[in-house]
Amino acid sequence: MKILIVGGGMGGTILANNLARRLTNEMKSGKARITMLSASDKHMYQPGLLYLAVGRITPDELYRDQASLLEPGINFHVDPVEEFMMDNNQVKTKSGKIFDYDIMVIATGSRMFPEGIPGMVEAAETFYTEESALKMFKRLHSFEGGKVLITVGVPHKCPMAPLEITFMLHDYFKDRGILDKVQLHYTYPIGRVHSLENVAKWAAPEMDKLGIKYDTFFNIKEVDGANKVVRSEEGVELGYDLLINIPVHKGMEVLEKNGMGANGWIPTNRTKLNMEGRTNVFVCGDTTNIPISKAGSTAHFEADTLGENIAAMVKMGTPVREYDGKVFCFIEAGKDRATYAMFDYKNPPDPKAPTKAVHWFKMAYNKLYWVSARGLL
Amino acid sequence: MADKKIVDGRGSFCPGPLMELIVALKASQIGDELEVLSTDKGSASDIPEWLNKVGHEYISTTESEGVWHINLRKSK
Repeated sequence: MKILIVGGGMGGTILANNLARRLTNEMKSGKARITMLSASDKHMYQPGLLYLAVGRITPDELYRDQASLLEPGINFHVDPVEEFMMDNNQVKTKSGKIFDYDIMVIATGSRMFPEGIPGMVEAAETFYTEESALKMFKRLHSFEGGKVLITVGVPHKCPMAPLEITFMLHDYFKDRGILDKVQLHYTYPIGRVHSLENVAKWAAPEMDKLGIKYDTFFNIKEVDGANKVVRSEEGVELGYDLLINIPVHKGMEVLEKNGMGANGWIPTNRTKLNMEGRTNVFVCGDTTNIPISKAGSTAHFEADTLGENIAAMVKMGTPVREYDGKVFCFIEAGKDRATYAMFDYKNPPDPKAPTKAVHWFKMAYNKLYWVSARGLL
Repeated sequence: MADKKIVDGRGSFCPGPLMELIVALKASQIGDELEVLSTDKGSASDIPEWLNKVGHEYISTTESEGVWHINLRKSK
C-alpha cells in the first residue's frame, strides 16, 4: 500500500514517523511504502518565532534538517505538489514527477495573509515568519516609547499568540526600563479578550493588573499608516505608534488553485479526518476546515489518530478510532510565568493561575519538540 | 443570492462559533443568508450583539436538542 504524505511540517512529520514505526514489518516486506513530499529540506519549530520576536532565541535554534527527523525507510523528497489528481489517486509535483498513492494525507499547513487587510503589510510588525519576527525584534529594540496597539485577524494560527505576545511585550519593555513610556493596547475580535471563556476570565484581570488596556469586538477593517490609525468593522478608530498584528491566515495557495477548499482550508470530517467526499484522502493540522484551534498540538493529536488508523487500514482494512478534538496550548503569561489550556470537542479548558514551573516546562518543550516531531513524545 | 450557508461551530470552544462566523462572512456576498450552529449557549447572545455592532441583519435564534441555530443576513 502506497501512503503519500504531502507536507513536512509538524503534523506530516509526526504522522510519517508514527506510521513508520507501526508498519516496520510491512515496509520491510514491501507491503507498505511511505513517501513524504515537502516544500523544504528544513523543518521549522514555528512556536519559536514568538521568542525570536522578543530577542529570546536566535534563528538557528528554529531549524533542523527535515531528513534528520524522519525514521529510516521513509522516502523523502523536496518536491512540493502542484497538482492533485484525486480521481486517479495521483499528484504531480513541481519537478513534473507523478506520484501514485493508495492513501494520501494532506498536511500543508497555513500561511499568514496580512495582504487581506488594506494597509496592514506596510504598517504592522508581526512574527509568523523568520523574516518578520526578526524585523519585529529590530523595531522593538529601537522603540523608545508610545502606544503599542495589538490587533488580531481571523482566522489566525496559534490562538494563544495574541495574549502571549501582549504579556511578553509587557515584560520586554519592563526589562528595558521603558514600561512607564509605553501604553499597551490589546484588541480582540469577539466580546471578550479570548475565544476561550475561561482563558478570557483569567486574562482580563491579568491585563487590568498590569495596566494593559483592551478593547473587544474589534475586527480590523483597514490600516491608515499615514495617520497611524486602525479602523474596525465595528466603526471604532484606534491610534498607534507601534502596530503589532496577529495576521489573518489562509491555507496553502496550491490547495486553492486545485479547488480543494475555500481559502485553502480543506473540508474535513471532524472525527474521521478524511477529506469530505474522499475515503482515501485525509487531512491533518492547520489544513482542515474543522472549527478548532490552528495549533501544533492539534496537528500532533490528529497525527496520532491518523497514525493509528492508517496503520490499522494497512493491517486489517479499517480505521479503529476517532479524533476527539483534543488541543493543548501553553500560554506564556510574561517572561517567566505560564499556564496552559487543554480541551476537546466536549470539554472546555480550565486554565490555572500561571506559574514559573509551567513556564520552564514550556522552555523545556521548546527543546523537546525535536523528540516530539520524531513521534517519540 | 446563494443558498443559505451553514457555519458549523458545534463543539468549537476555540476559535468558537462567532470567530467561525466572522470568517464565513468575509467569504460571503451582501445579501447572503447564513445559519450558525453552536453548542455554546453564549452564542445566542454574543452573535446577535456583534451583528448589531457591525450592522449585519439578525434574523432569528432557535434551539433544538442542545444546538442553537442563529440565522442572519450579510448586509454590508
